[in-house]
Amino acid sequence: MFRNLELVEADSNRSGLSVGALWFCALLIAVTCGALIAAIVLSPKAPPEIAALIASALPQSGVENPVTAVLLNFRSYDTLLEIAVLLIVAVAMVPGRTRVSGSRAATVNTDHNKDPMLADLVRWLVPIAVLVSGSLLWSGAYAPGGAFQAGAVLASACIAVVLAQNHSLQWQSHRARGSLVIGLMVFVAVAIACVAITGTLLQYPGAHAASYILFIEIALTLSIAATLLLLFTCLSTTSATVERSMDGAKTGHPA
Amino acid sequence: MTQELIYSVTGIALFAIGLFGLIVAGHIVRKLVAINMMGIGVFMLFLATALHGPDTVDPIPHALVLTGIVVAVAGTCLCLWLAISISKLDNEKRKNPQQ
Repeated sequence: MFRNLELVEADSNRSGLSVGALWFCALLIAVTCGALIAAIVLSPKAPPEIAALIASALPQSGVENPVTAVLLNFRSYDTLLEIAVLLIVAVAMVPGRTRVSGSRAATVNTDHNKDPMLADLVRWLVPIAVLVSGSLLWSGAYAPGGAFQAGAVLASACIAVVLAQNHSLQWQSHRARGSLVIGLMVFVAVAIACVAITGTLLQYPGAHAASYILFIEIALTLSIAATLLLLFTCLSTTSATVERSMDGAKTGHPA
Repeated sequence: MTQELIYSVTGIALFAIGLFGLIVAGHIVRKLVAINMMGIGVFMLFLATALHGPDTVDPIPHALVLTGIVVAVAGTCLCLWLAISISKLDNEKRKNPQQ
């Protein structure tokens, strides 16, 4: 993926600082870090009031895992903004920005020389990864896990499929675009529904908090997986085109 | 206390190495790796502060770091993509120096 990036390019490798300046920087950083360590050792610990507060509010949150409760109930606004950031990055990088065509998110390559090892590995690995992803999503309610972990596992399964080169992704299709935005869409829809029902943004109605959280988390998992997959495929295909253009540059103008 | 201290000091050390790398490195991808290292140091330090006792853990830093990791990945990808675009432009300029 990064084989075309020349890290040892002669003209851009050095920052141009003299040895004295480097030593001065190192000394300054060392002094700052020493001060930081001293501050951490010497400062009194804050009393764990928030931890106790969260523990006391946990039964109302709809989940048993305090981290999930913070992410999707007590501070769900952070998570909403985070999925918005992911969508912004996806919009910046998605290929064929203005064109939306076709409905299939992936097409099968028939003419490609398949690597039998990789194809078989994918056949075994991807179903297991999808199951693990679903299990992580469900277990986020009472143990470490949740939408981010599940989305990351799902994205890695999709990346394995892409690397096997049996399928090619169609990012301009409706379904692929839809999977990128569904997380934010569902989250915003739930937030608006909460305003309508309880009068407060993202304040889930008491008895149904668990189902609201699960609903959001399923959509978040899909969107996070799709976005991570998009980031991977964009970077690998753009670096491949750069490689080609660099080859052209080398043959056209030998230095 | 010692476990917490080990994590805090390691986080600060990672931040320091990343900061030095950011200053020294010339190539944009090296700078990006250095920035990521600084970020990981901050995450580690933040997580170390979440431990209040043997069985009282503040979940807010955990949740924020989880959010931060995903945003950091997205930001890194965007930066890499910009770096690739810059190198594309450089190559075009190298091909046609008169433009």
